[in-house]
Amino acid sequence: MSTPRRRGRLSTLAAALVIARRDFAAILFSRSFIFFLLGPLFPVVVGVMAGGVGKAVQDSAAPASIGLAMSAEDNARMLSARRHLGESMDRSLPGLVVVRDVPRGSAFDAERALNESKGALGAIVGGRLDAPEIVGPQERIGRWQGMVALLASEAAASAPRAMPDVSLRPVAASAAPDRHGLMVTAQASQTILFLLTMLLAGMVLSNLVEEKGNKIIEILAAAIPMDAVFLGKLFAMLAVSFVGIAVWAGTAGGFVLLAGHALPNLPVPAVGWPMFFALGIVYFAAAYLLLGSVFLAIGSMASTVREVQTLSMPVTMMQLMVFFLASYAMTSPSSAVETFALIFPFSSPFAMLARAAQYPALWPHVLALVWQVLCVTLFIRVGAYLFRTRVMKSAPGGVRKRGLRGLFRKAGAAAAAGR
Amino acid sequence: MRHAMRMELGDWHEGGNAGAAARRLAIEARGLVKRFDGFTAVDGVDLSVPEGAIYGILGPNGAGKTTTLRILLGILDPDEGSRRILGAERPHDVAHAIGYLPEERGLYPTMKAFEAIAFVGALRGLPLAEGRRRGRALLEEHGLGYAADRQIRQLSKGMAQQVQLLGTLVHEPRLVVFDEPFSGLDALNQGRLEGMIRGLAAKGTTVIFSTHVIAHAERLCDEVAIIAGGKVPFAGPVDVARDRIRPQVRLETRSRDGAWRAALPPDVRHEGQFWYFSLPESGVEPLLRALIEGDAGIQSLSIERAGLHDAFVAIAGEAAAAALAEGKDSER
Repeated sequence: MSTPRRRGRLSTLAAALVIARRDFAAILFSRSFIFFLLGPLFPVVVGVMAGGVGKAVQDSAAPASIGLAMSAEDNARMLSARRHLGESMDRSLPGLVVVRDVPRGSAFDAERALNESKGALGAIVGGRLDAPEIVGPQERIGRWQGMVALLASEAAASAPRAMPDVSLRPVAASAAPDRHGLMVTAQASQTILFLLTMLLAGMVLSNLVEEKGNKIIEILAAAIPMDAVFLGKLFAMLAVSFVGIAVWAGTAGGFVLLAGHALPNLPVPAVGWPMFFALGIVYFAAAYLLLGSVFLAIGSMASTVREVQTLSMPVTMMQLMVFFLASYAMTSPSSAVETFALIFPFSSPFAMLARAAQYPALWPHVLALVWQVLCVTLFIRVGAYLFRTRVMKSAPGGVRKRGLRGLFRKAGAAAAAGR
Repeated sequence: MRHAMRMELGDWHEGGNAGAAARRLAIEARGLVKRFDGFTAVDGVDLSVPEGAIYGILGPNGAGKTTTLRILLGILDPDEGSRRILGAERPHDVAHAIGYLPEERGLYPTMKAFEAIAFVGALRGLPLAEGRRRGRALLEEHGLGYAADRQIRQLSKGMAQQVQLLGTLVHEPRLVVFDEPFSGLDALNQGRLEGMIRGLAAKGTTVIFSTHVIAHAERLCDEVAIIAGGKVPFAGPVDVARDRIRPQVRLETRSRDGAWRAALPPDVRHEGQFWYFSLPESGVEPLLRALIEGDAGIQSLSIERAGLHDAFVAIAGEAAAAALAEGKDSER
């Protein structure tokens, strides 16, 4: 072996780089990274499936057909009117089915006929063209009222009314801001941000617990400051996530190129797509670093997966509430709720990203990013401190025996002892 | 004689003020105290480990050995007291010069053997490329070259332990700390490890290890610290520990009784044809004179120096010795 070169101690950053490099390579070539890459696919698949199921349920729950129980002549005119109007507005009109030709003046038990249809008919229209009567369940007949009136009116006319030609002039995008569309973009971006941060924070946590289980943590703790371990783990996962984002963005871009106009036009965010993506990445990094610091601090206190689940549940629930807060704030612009969501560190990245989708001004983002950088710095310092003081003290059973109060009391005692 | 001499931490030469007798210390700890939830695991530990020495921390399981080592390495901070490792008050400042093998061995299961060695070296400031090169060389040197590209999970437990040991040494540290290094090793590998420890010391590396097996400490150590109940009742050269109890005399006489019996000390016991007792403080000459003049008819007389085990019993007490023998308590 060669004569060793004279070496000094590793700086905290250099030590963090050693940890980050190891974690990055280990995660990137692990099976969990494949699941991580597939992660965003799951909500999409679930969404599509849920949408399909919902549509099927809706289709079966709200029958599109209405029974006709008018005179034979009126029934025929109603069917003719349906055909005529259907040329222009087929999807909006209910289907019509002749239940019975009822001579004028004769009685007909429409309620019984409706029951016998076993749900195939939504309502039954009787009476005359100038005074149609809808028989059906209370909660549904209201929705048929206008359409039946339109059909009866068309049927009562002596000749089919000519429909004027409406010329169509499509444009690439609406010139006026489409608030609904922007809300959709904002909500989608918030949801993606939330899922991604939760996924990553969970991964960094299980990675740490696995390391404690492997007893490697003691070797790390003996060689480098625990702050470096904390930083290395945090930033390795961030780097992994950027790889993931690059893969997803590339895949999505490929789909867009392949699908071309087959894809629906997404509402353009108020700041424009390039800036929106840039802000999205920065806000994602801020949200992850904030949550990741909390999760790593939690991981330092736990020594088993079960303990991690117990300890991280309150934080997960809190993060859900933060997500809901940010989502709600989006619907109440300039309200106190929105201001709070913009300032509160955990919700700020979500709320600001939604804002980027809805409003073009960029200066609030500069302010928010300065604030979030301050918060991230503070959270990392506190998280690293808790990590340093707790990670080598959580022997199996220790947490269970002492409980949360004991954990925090112990951290306080360690603080008093100093380093 | 209490071995450790008091001094100011500013001067890490033991006996620095005495001038000529000065010796450099690799580790110096004063009054270390560590409590966990009101339980005092380490209670006022003083240690002085000379550079280049093989130093043993000897005590039963649960005595506070691991906690003491963790404090010395900076894994834990003491609640009270101070430590100085290779001249630095913060152990991490000299981490590049320290190697550590914890009792609970751990490596990343999916890492290749040579990469695992390089990684441990990188943690200690060794460039990764150099660590990889040395990792392969060390594995070859120790007959494990064929396993260099195998993942740790594919190695046997003994091989993985060897890989970790090589990782501990890859950056050529000046101070090596082993926590119960012999546990889990078979007799052959224990012997190899003993040879490796001697080899390190021969090259000037300071080796400190904890053990609950007296034989290892007795065979290897220049100095020991005996630890029991979180306290160190003795720290110093092994010979000084042995001298804590008087040499044992075994006497065989032709005569069963007589005036010569008055020369035997009160702790004498008679088993078979032998008399056993501690050598009187006055020494062997007055005893011999009394035996001859009293016509005891000496047939044989031997004086045996006490072993480390006897010294341990005398210093730490019967209970600690029993725990040491059984090794049944959990480590702190």
